[in-house]
Amino acid sequence: MLQPKTIIEQLKQCGITHVVWLPDSESKFMYDAMQAEKDLGVIPVCREGEAFAVASGLWMGGKTPVILIQNTGLFESGDVLRGTALGLELPLLMMIGYRGYMEMKAGKQPFDTAAVYTEPILKTWGIPFHHIETDADTPKIAEAFKQAQEISRPVAALICVEYNE
Amino acid sequence: MRRDEVLQTLAKHRTDELVLTTMSVAQEWPAYSQSDYDFNALGTGMGHLPDMGLGLAVACPDRKVLILNGDGSMLMNLGVLVSIAHSAPRNLILFVFENEIYEVTGGQPIPGRGCTNFAAMAKGAGFPHTFEFAELSAFDKELPTILKLDGPIFVTVQAGSSGRPLSTKALPVKAAARALRETLTGGRR
Repeated sequence: MLQPKTIIEQLKQCGITHVVWLPDSESKFMYDAMQAEKDLGVIPVCREGEAFAVASGLWMGGKTPVILIQNTGLFESGDVLRGTALGLELPLLMMIGYRGYMEMKAGKQPFDTAAVYTEPILKTWGIPFHHIETDADTPKIAEAFKQAQEISRPVAALICVEYNE
Repeated sequence: MRRDEVLQTLAKHRTDELVLTTMSVAQEWPAYSQSDYDFNALGTGMGHLPDMGLGLAVACPDRKVLILNGDGSMLMNLGVLVSIAHSAPRNLILFVFENEIYEVTGGQPIPGRGCTNFAAMAKGAGFPHTFEFAELSAFDKELPTILKLDGPIFVTVQAGSSGRPLSTKALPVKAAARALRETLTGGRR
């Protein structure tokens, strides 16, 4: 089980001010929970690459954003990820929906190739990552945030399952 | 209009607004402005200056954010028009310089040259105010009013090359981003 409320508590603990996001198949209940949070600005974008540039602008303006996208959107975001999060050395927490992870972990054929390429691409970019599979893993979100601040680079929290009510 | 004329006019009317530039404009704007509130975003990902401006506008609601984008860059990321219109920051003004070519790569025509209307797309995306300028005198006359309007605002200027070589000097964008954050936050974290 992974409950949005538990995740949001972690984000509040980190001092996150804005969530820049594009919905994915793991995040319906997270959307409802975020909308109910008055202290958390939610900025929707039309394509995941925008999320990195919006987050860089928020950061330059003194805010503390997190981005919430799917692994497929991470693939789409290559050049702007390079130019902003990596190029500007942003201490950015990236929460990435890990489509296909559970099937891959169980040794089954994933729905598509998204899961196959996720971790190799993060390794290629030099982006550390952490798996979030249950509520017990959620402290890793604050740890990932802290790590991003310490190394002044993006760090990914991979959301491996769908959020539950 | 020539781009240098437009930029000089903008510099004349600009006061304390944040000005974001990219591509050929980023290589020319420093000739007319040396402000702590300028950010030349060369190398941060072509097409994504408006999104960066959206983040800055949301973060700094009391400061106007002027985004000087090119038409080729705008075509790379048209969805951001909808993202901006949705968040609707009142302090954001997006300018698109229309020269109808990819200038920094040698002047190849952009797709849609002569038939694409950017202001119409912005209006369709939900921008409450759109303006189109082909004459410098009209731009000079209207700009003070535009700078005072509540946004988001979209402005196209039909402006060709200034006819001089663009600077190819690499800008230290990482240091510039940190300097801008320092300027905007007064060093607060």
